[in-house]
Formats: sequence, C-alpha cells, structure tokens
Amino acid sequence: MRRFSWFNATSLTLGFAFLYLPMVILVIYSFNESRLVTVWAGFSTKWYGELFQNKDFLNAAWVTLKVAFFSSCLATVLGTMAAYVLVRGGRFRGRTLFSGMIYAPLVMPEVITGLSLLLLFIGIGLDRGILTVVLAHTTFAMCYVSVVVSSRLVSFDQSLEEAALDLGCSPFEAFRLVTLPIIAPSVISGWLLAFTLSLDDLVIASFTTGPGATTLPIKVYSAVRLGVSPEINALSTILIALVTVGVITASLISKRAAVAQARDERAALQQ
Amino acid sequence: MAQTIFAPWDDPEEKPLIEFVNVTKRFGDFTAIDNLSQQIYAREFFALLGPSGCGKTTMMRMLAGFETPTEGKILLGGQDIGAIPPNKRSVNMMFQSYALFPHLSIWENIAFGLKREGKDKEFIQARVDEMLRLTRLEAFARRKPHQISGGQRQRVALARSLAKAPKLLLLDEPLGALDKKLREETQFELMDIQESTGTTFVIVTHDQEEAMTVASRVAVMDHGKIIQVATPQNIYEAPNSVYVADFIGDVNLIKGQAKARDIVEGDDTSGGLELHWGEGHAPLVAANGDTALAGKEVVLALRPEKMSISKEHPAAANALKGKVIDIGYLGNISTYHVELDNGTMVKAQIANTRRVSRRQITWEDEVWLSFSATAAIVLEG
Ligand SMILES: Nc1ncnc2c1ncn2[C@@H]1O[C@H](COP(=O)(O)OP(=O)(O)OP(=O)(O)O)[C@@H](O)[C@H]1O
Ligand SMILES: [Mg+2]
Repeated sequence: MRRFSWFNATSLTLGFAFLYLPMVILVIYSFNESRLVTVWAGFSTKWYGELFQNKDFLNAAWVTLKVAFFSSCLATVLGTMAAYVLVRGGRFRGRTLFSGMIYAPLVMPEVITGLSLLLLFIGIGLDRGILTVVLAHTTFAMCYVSVVVSSRLVSFDQSLEEAALDLGCSPFEAFRLVTLPIIAPSVISGWLLAFTLSLDDLVIASFTTGPGATTLPIKVYSAVRLGVSPEINALSTILIALVTVGVITASLISKRAAVAQARDERAALQQ
Repeated sequence: MAQTIFAPWDDPEEKPLIEFVNVTKRFGDFTAIDNLSQQIYAREFFALLGPSGCGKTTMMRMLAGFETPTEGKILLGGQDIGAIPPNKRSVNMMFQSYALFPHLSIWENIAFGLKREGKDKEFIQARVDEMLRLTRLEAFARRKPHQISGGQRQRVALARSLAKAPKLLLLDEPLGALDKKLREETQFELMDIQESTGTTFVIVTHDQEEAMTVASRVAVMDHGKIIQVATPQNIYEAPNSVYVADFIGDVNLIKGQAKARDIVEGDDTSGGLELHWGEGHAPLVAANGDTALAGKEVVLALRPEKMSISKEHPAAANALKGKVIDIGYLGNISTYHVELDNGTMVKAQIANTRRVSRRQITWEDEVWLSFSATAAIVLEG
C-alpha cells in the first residue's frame, strides 16, 4: 500500500469531517445533561427517557413505522411486478417508453411529486391521512425497488424459468418456485431501501399527510421551528442509527447475494 | 435373423409419435424453419445434425413448447400440440446450459417435476433414488449444483428430465463440452436408459461420431430444411446429395458427365453408370449408379477409405494416376493426399498394417489409386 501523503490525509479528514461532524455533534449533544443545546453539562441519557414519555413523539414514531412498513411492502410487490414485466415481458409496444417512465420519479423533484399527489388526492376526494401517505410513499419507493430488482433480473438466466415450465410449472408457479427464491436477496434489499426512504421522507409526506397522520420527520421539523430541544437530538440519534442499520443491511445483503449469484451462475453455466 | 430390426419408419402400419406438418418458423422476416415435414417414431433415437444456425434448437424449442410454429402444425401422438403450453406437454427438455435450479439441492432438482405432478412422497423418494442410481449420483444428492463437477451437473440435468418418464425427451447438445472418455461413457448410458425406459429421444449434436453411435436415424439439416433422414449407415454409405456426402465424414468429389452402361447377364458389376471426367482419362465405373442420371452433369462421391494405393497399375475396375503430395499420419490410419494429372486433389485412407519405417510409398511418388465398381456413389451435380 502506498503511504498517505499529508495532503491526502488532510483532504480525507476534511472531507469526512464535513460529512459527519454535524451528525457526530448531534449524537454527542443528545447525551447532554443540560437543556441548553450549546452548553455541555455532563453525560446523561435522560433525554431518551423523556423522549419515551412524550406521547406526541411516540405517536408520530408509530405512524412513521406503520407508513414505512405498509408502503415498503406495497412498493416491493408493485416494483417487483413492474421490473418483471419490463425485463421479461418481451417486446410490446411502448416498452422503452415504460421503462424510461418508471425511472422518471427518481429524478423528479420531490416537491413536484408531492404536489401532484396532493392534487390527485384532492381531485378524487380522498381524505388525507395515513392511507394517502402510504400511497404516496409507495409511488416513489416502487421505482427504487424496480430499479434494484430489474438489475438482478437482467442477469437472470431465462432458461431456468423455461426449465421450470418444462417440468410442469404454471408460469406463476415458475415465478414463485424458481425466479423469486433466486432473486429474493434483491427483493429484500429493495424492501429495505423502500422502508428507509419512507422513514426519511419529509417533503412528500408533508404534502400528502392529514390530521392524525403526522410522521416523525414532520414532527421533528415542526418542533425544531419552535427551538431545538435535546429530545429532538435523542430522537435524531435513534433515527440515524435505524437508517444506518437499514442501509448497511441492505448493502450487505445485496453484496452477499451478488457474490453468491456470481458463483452460482458461473457454476450453472460451466459445462 | 433372430432379432427383428428396429425400423418403424419402413412400416406403413406404424403411427408416428411426432409429426411435423409443413412447419415454418419465422423470426421477423428471417425464416429459421422452412416448410419442414418429418415423422419421428416412438422409441426412436433421432439425431439432428447440421451447421450452426440451421434451426436445430428451434425445432426442439417448438417441440417443448417455447416457440410456436408460424405456419403448419406439430402433432404429438396424433394430437395437434400447437395450443398446449410447455407445462402441459409430456415432453421434457434437457437444456444445453443444464439450467439446474441453483437454490435447490440435487435431490430437489430431480424431484422438482415429480412434485409438480402431485405424486405422493414415497413415490417421489423411490423415483428420485432410482434416477440417482441410474446416473451414479447417489453420493451427491444433498449437494447444491455449484458443489459438483461439470460432468456430474450434466447427469443431474439428464436425471431431472428423465425423472418424469416423458414420452419424449429432447437433448440439446447434451454432451457438448465433456471430454471424450466421459462423453463416450455417457453416450452408452443414454442408450442404456433409452433401452430400459423406452423413451423417444431427439438429440442435437455437432459431433457426427456421436450421432452415428447413438442414433437410430440421423437427420441432416441445412437452412431450416431437412436434407436427408436415414440410418447412420445409409446416411454415410448412400447420401442423397452432395451436401450430405460432404457434411458427413470425408469425401472425394469428382465432377463429370454420366453415361449408362450395358448390362451383361450374370455380371453384377455391369450396368449402372460411367463417369467421363476428363480428356484422355478412362471413364470411372459406378455399377450401382442410377441410370436416370445418364447424360447429366453428375458428381462422383467416393469415401477415402474405399480406395487402395499402389505403385503398379492395379487390376481394379477404376484406377487413377497421380502424385503423392502429403501424407497425414493418424496412428491407426494414414491419409494420402494425391494430386491427379488434371490437378484434382484426392484423399485416400489406408490402414497402417505395417510399421511406418517399412512403408514403401512416400512423398512425390507416382502412384495408382484404385476402387471397385461399386465403391462410388453418383449424385446429381
Ligand atoms: N428468438 C430469435 N429471434 C431471432 N432469430 C432467432 C431466434 N432464435 C433463433 N433465431 C435464428 O434462427 C436460426 C436458427 O437458430 P437455432 O438456434 O435453431 O440454430 P441451431 O441449429 O440450434 O444452431 P447451433 O448449432 O449454433 O446451436 C439462427 O439463424 C438464429 O439466429
Ligand atoms: Mg442450437
């Protein structure tokens, strides 16, 4: 290995400091004894205790988890189906258009997605609440799921499905018994991604939410406008931990799956 | 003869198992199968031979149900299978890539089709064990496909397709990448299996020797058409066209003009045709030539091993004079490349019954090639 020059070392430190210092400070201050955010008064976990006494926050957390769970499940089903059709559906009219369109929400500004969904819900007279947030999150998360799953499906050997049909499976059974178990890791990491995205989202949720459906990011945002309290720091720390675990798990799963897949496919194609 | 010869294609009473009726398959405006009609009988070992891209795999995929004919129909046991999806056909295919399920063990791979049929546990257990025994895979039942060798994987693919005891088994280049020894072993295994199970096999292969070894009949294809179907012996000894003669094995082709010969009573080397192939050359005799070709431009096809080589003028029906240009030593045989007076190159294969050092013919020698009156085949030019 090449030794780091002082220049490299400095830029690395600066870069990572720039990225992570704010979060580190937030985490440190969540263990602050004092109510004043900027004054360190010794280590304590009391704000975590208080956080768990706070009905509002607990409610918001519960709403967020419900929304994240249902929207990620729904997004996984829809995203996997979309990926399957786009990769396997053969050449139908407008396929290129469809596969381009499925990626569009990835680059669409969230404000626009949120606003258009809001207009839709008002237009069809759907009362805003948990359901609308779930639908909205499903909408944008399914694109991510579809991207993850279709990249796996592209490299999936179609003769495996043909072999399943040949051995007496109906097309759905072939999908359930052969395709799905093999692409399961990418479906799971798609689900985790969708879950994390839904957990994080502020903009789309604030457009589509309604009474009784305040998610945690919305709650935090509105609380901060009234002044930062150490409770928020504690809450944010927990969120950071959750998201970190989610992202690391997703990437570990997909990495392990990629290794296993490469090995299996090498083995299956070696004659 | 005690044993009756297996030749259902010669029996007008026999009903074919598979029948292609004027089948055409197009991909876009490319014609992969061109108005093909063919019958395949139960218990046959039917081999498809032909150059790359001639439509062998496409024929298999139509039988298995992965492609539908653009025109014409395919009958299986007298029934049109055009509308039947692959999972409803009693046809199994062994894929060239094996297509083993990577997430299932060898045992589960073989049991897969039986479980789909809803057979009971004991039956499946017994059948899978039987397949494992047949393919000598007992020791690997619990392993995953990536934990066994290529040859073993190929046996798994075979066992999996055999397990359901299909009426018809399609093998697409099943032994393509095995070493010679393993390939020969497996060929004999296949023939054993076929004999004991009575399954009908259709096999695609690039290896002529393999087709000759295992097949009851060989079909030679070109550009989506079947050019000739015959037993291995007939396809070699009596090709119906220059294309088939040239595709199967080695052959010398000599062009010329055919003329009918007189029939002499009591002489079985009389009659047939003679070939006038050059000024100042004695015509070549082909006593079994079809006199319908008399007067036409024809090609004389002659297998190299049907020729003899000598230094003196031989007393054979046909003799050609030339000069040895090259000798290819192949161990058991040698191939002599001889240039005739008019520049035509001819190959003769001679068994090496003597040690090479005692061989009397060598490079640049003037030699005579000879062959009998019935050795050559006359084909339309
Ligand atoms: N799905 C397809 N779309 C377009 N053309 C195809 C398709 N499948 C096959 N073909 C074409 O049809 C022709 C016959 O293909 P096929 O796979 O049957 O050849 P093959 O005889 O099996 O050749 P090989 O010996 O190389 O396997 C080829 O020219 C091929 O390019
Ligand atoms: Mg092929």
